[in-house]
Amino acid sequence: MIPAIQRPTLTDIRWLLVSLGLVMALHVAHLALWVSAAIVMLGLWRYAIAIGKLDFPRLMILLPLTVLGGLGIMLTYHGLFGRDASVALLVIMLSLKLMETNSRRDFMLLTFLSYFLTTTAFLFNQSVVVGLVMLLPIICLTATLVGISHPNGSLGWRHPLRLSGIMLAQAAPVMLALFLLFPRVPGPLWGVPQDSYRGMTGLSDSMEPGNISQLSLSGAIAFRAEFKGEIPKLSQLYWRGPVLWHFDGRSWRMSSNRLNLPREMLRVQGAPTLYSVTLEPHNRNILLMLDMPTSLPSNALLTRDYQVQSREPVRTRIRYDVSSNLNYTLAARLDGHERELALQTIDGENPRAQALAEQWVSSGKSPEQIVQTALTMFREQPFSYTLSPPLLGANPIDDFLFNTRSGFCEHYASSFTYLMRAAGIPARVVTGYQGGEVNSVGNYLIVRQSDAHAWSEVWLEGRGWTRVDPTAAVSPLRIESGIAAALPESNALPILSRRDFPLLRKLYLSWDAVNNNWNQWVLGYDQQRQLDLLSRLAGNRLSWQDLTIGMMLAVGVIGLAIGLAMLRGKQIKTDKLQRLYAKFLSKLESAGIKRASHEGPLDFGQRAAARLPHKAQAISQISGLYADLRYGSKASAQALERLRNLIKGFKAS
Amino acid sequence: MHHITQKIIQAAGQVILGKEQQIRLALACILARGHLLIEDLPGMGKTTLAHTLAQVLGLDFRRIQFTSDLLPADILGVSVYDRNNSVFKFHPGPVFTNVLLADEVNRATPKTQSALLEVMEEGQVTLEGETRPLPKPFFVIATQNPTHHIGTFPLPESQLDRFLMRIQLGYPDADSERSLLKSNGGRGSISGLQACVDGRQLLELQQAVDAIHISDALLDYLQALLNYTRNSPRYTAGLSPRAGLALKQCAQAWAMMQGRDFALPEDVQAVLPGVAGHRLQTASGTDMHDVAAELLAAVTIP
Repeated sequence: MIPAIQRPTLTDIRWLLVSLGLVMALHVAHLALWVSAAIVMLGLWRYAIAIGKLDFPRLMILLPLTVLGGLGIMLTYHGLFGRDASVALLVIMLSLKLMETNSRRDFMLLTFLSYFLTTTAFLFNQSVVVGLVMLLPIICLTATLVGISHPNGSLGWRHPLRLSGIMLAQAAPVMLALFLLFPRVPGPLWGVPQDSYRGMTGLSDSMEPGNISQLSLSGAIAFRAEFKGEIPKLSQLYWRGPVLWHFDGRSWRMSSNRLNLPREMLRVQGAPTLYSVTLEPHNRNILLMLDMPTSLPSNALLTRDYQVQSREPVRTRIRYDVSSNLNYTLAARLDGHERELALQTIDGENPRAQALAEQWVSSGKSPEQIVQTALTMFREQPFSYTLSPPLLGANPIDDFLFNTRSGFCEHYASSFTYLMRAAGIPARVVTGYQGGEVNSVGNYLIVRQSDAHAWSEVWLEGRGWTRVDPTAAVSPLRIESGIAAALPESNALPILSRRDFPLLRKLYLSWDAVNNNWNQWVLGYDQQRQLDLLSRLAGNRLSWQDLTIGMMLAVGVIGLAIGLAMLRGKQIKTDKLQRLYAKFLSKLESAGIKRASHEGPLDFGQRAAARLPHKAQAISQISGLYADLRYGSKASAQALERLRNLIKGFKAS
Repeated sequence: MHHITQKIIQAAGQVILGKEQQIRLALACILARGHLLIEDLPGMGKTTLAHTLAQVLGLDFRRIQFTSDLLPADILGVSVYDRNNSVFKFHPGPVFTNVLLADEVNRATPKTQSALLEVMEEGQVTLEGETRPLPKPFFVIATQNPTHHIGTFPLPESQLDRFLMRIQLGYPDADSERSLLKSNGGRGSISGLQACVDGRQLLELQQAVDAIHISDALLDYLQALLNYTRNSPRYTAGLSPRAGLALKQCAQAWAMMQGRDFALPEDVQAVLPGVAGHRLQTASGTDMHDVAAELLAAVTIP
C-alpha cells in the first residue's frame, strides 16, 4: 500500500528552488540577461507564494506570461530551434511551470526536467570542471526528490543531503559500467546543433595582416600532440596548415581546388616521427600535421601541396594517429603552370620592393644567395617583432619593408614571399602552428592558438620546395622557445602562455594533463576505443553485435536478479526501522534477554526493563519510540533519527 | 478519553473486587459496540458485573431471566387490543433499554434465543410489520452457565459469533474474597454507585474508538493470526472475517483505554482470548484461554 503523502512542504519548496537555482546558474553564462532576470523574479515570486505572502497567479496572468516568454526567446535568438534558443526556452518554461507547481506530481516533473536541463550544460562545454560543477545541482535535485518522496513530510537539510550523496555514490559504479559497456553509436559523445559552432577560433583559408596576430591573443588550445618517443625540438615543429598561393595586394589566399591534382613528389629520409593529435573543433576542414605527412588520418584528404584536410568541418574533438618525416625533399620539379602561380605578383604595386628584388637579381646572385640576402636584411636592419604592428598604407609590402619595419609573422612571411616572387623565385606562404608547449606532467605537447604562425616556402632548383622562416631571422627566440619568450613584456599575451609564475604554470600544466586525459578517455571514448578496450579485456576481437548481445544478456540477468530479490523481499520485509529494532534486540540478546517472536514491543520492553532495572528507562524509551514509529500514525524522520541515536547509545551490559 | 475509561474501571472495581482485567475487557467490548457474553458458574458475580457496568455508564438497565418457557414476546413486547380506543397498542418488552442483561441465556429455547440474537444484530425490533428502533446505545450482556449443566440449550457457533466477546470471571483471589465476605456481598452498593458518563458521552467514546490508528504493520499481524487459525489443523474452523473485524475493534478500544491513539500487537493480544475464545473450535476441545495462548504463541509478530 502506498502511504498517503502530504502536499510538498515549505522545506520541499526551498529545496526545489535551491536546486533550480543551481541548475540555472550552470546556464547563466549563455542566457540572455532578461532570461536570467526573469528566472530570478519567478523564483522569488514562487517563494513569496510558499510563505503565504502572495497567491498563485491565475491562468489569465500565467498564459500571457508564457506566450510573452516564448516570443521573447524567438526575438532574442531568432527562432525557437537550435541549442541556445532551446535551452533558453526550456529554462524560461521551467521557471513558469514553477508558478503552478503545488502537488507532488508537479514537483517530480520539475525535478526530472531539471535533471535534463543540467545535462544540457554539456552542449555548451564538456570540460571536467563543468562535469564536476554539475554534481552540485544533481546532488541537490536528488535531495529534493528524497524530501518530496518522504511520506512524513519535513525532513530538514542534512538528512536528504546525506541520503542523496549515498544514493549517488551507489549509482556511480553502475554509471561507470554503463559508460564503459553500453554499446556506442559512432559519433561524438555530445553531438550539438549547428549554432554552437559560432565563435570557434582557428586558422582560416586566407591570411592578411593582422589575422594571425589576432589569433595569437587567444590562449585557447588548438590541439594537443603526443609523441611516440622523444618530442622533437620546438624549432623543428612546423604544423602545416593552409598553403597560400594567391596574393591580391593585401591578403594571401589558397589557390583554387588543388585536391584533384597529382601530389608533389615527396622524398623522405630517416625514420618517421610517430605521434597522435587531439584536435579541438574549429569548424574548418583543416587537419594539422607536422611537415611532411607520411601517413594520413583515416578519411582524410591530401592536397597537391600537402595540406591535410578532413571531409567534414571539424566540429567535435577528434584524435588521429599519424606519422610525419621531418627530413624531406618536396617536388624536385615544378611545372610551368605552378611556376606561374608561384611567381604571381601585382604589377605597379609595391614598387620599392620590386626594385629591391630586381636589384638583387641584376647583381648576379643565385636564388640561394637572394634568399640569404633577404634574411640578412631582416636580421640586420632594425626590424622588430611585435603583436601590435602599426597600420600599413596603400602599398603594404613597401610600407612594411621600408617604413614601419615592425610586424608579426604574417608580415614577414608575406613580404618575404613577395620579395622572392619579385626576384623570380617561386614562393608560397604556409600558415599553421609553430612549436607548442611541452607539458612535462603528461609528456605531451600543447599547441595553442597563440602558436599560430606563417612562414614561406621557396622553390629552389634541385632542392624543391624549401621552408624558409623569415620570422626566425628577426626573432630566433620565437621559433626556439615560443611566442612568450619572443615578445617584449609589454605585449599582452594570454596569461597562460606567459612564462612568469612558475608555480602557477606547474599547476596549470597538471590541470591541462587532467583535461587531456578527460578528453582522451571520457569524451574521446568512442565506439572504436570501447571495442578496443573490451576486446583487450575479453582477449579476442569483439564486434558491436557481440556487445549488443552481451548487453541484452546482462540486462536480462540483472532484471531477473532484481525480480527475484523483490519476490524474496516480500517474505522478509525488513525496513530501516525493523533493522534498527533488530539491532536493539540483538544487544539485549547478548545480555541474555531474548524476545519471543510473538512478544509485542511494549511487553518485551517491560520484561527486559524488569531484568535490567538500571537500564529500565532507556529500554522503555526505545520500546515506546519503536512502537510509536511502527504502529503509530505520526511517524517522522526526526523520530527515526532519535531512535537511531538511542539505540546506538544503548548498552545492555 | 483515557481518564474517563480509567474512572469507569475504578468505579466498577469498587463493587467487583479483584476482577479488573474482566472489567476492562467488558468495557472494551462495550466501547467497541459489541455485545458481551459472560460465561461462568452460578454465583460468580456475572449479574453483578453487568449491573455495575450499566450503573457506572449511567445507562437504562433491564434484566430478563431466561427460562425454558420464555417466549420471544416476553423479550420484544406485545400488541394488546385497547378496548377503549379500539386499536392495538404496543407494549414494549424489556429489550427497549440501553443495557439488557440476559441472564442464563442458554436456558431459553432456541426460538427465544434467536429472537434476542436478531435484535442484537439489528438494533431494532420488527413486530407485525412495524419496525421500532431500540435506544442508543444498546447492548446486551448475556450470562451463560457452562454448557454441560443440566437444562441448557447451548448457543450454536453461529450465534456465539454475534457476541463480540466472551469472558469468564473465575473465582476471586484470597484478598478479594476476604473483602467480599466482610462486606455484604457487594450487591447493596451498586445502587450507591455514581454514573461516570451518560449515554451521549458513551457514544462519543465509541466514536473515538473508531479513530484509533491501525497501522499496516498491525494489520499484517491481524492477518497473520487469522490465517494461522484457518490453515492450522488444530482448529476445526478458522476465524471468520467478522471475527477479524471484532479483533480489530476490540484492539482499538483496548488501545484507547491504554491512553494511546494507535493500536499495538499487545492490544490485540490482550483482547484475543475474549474475542477468539468462543469462536474457535479446537479439535481436542481445550479451554478458551489455552486456545488463545496457543494461538498467540504460534504466530510471530511481523
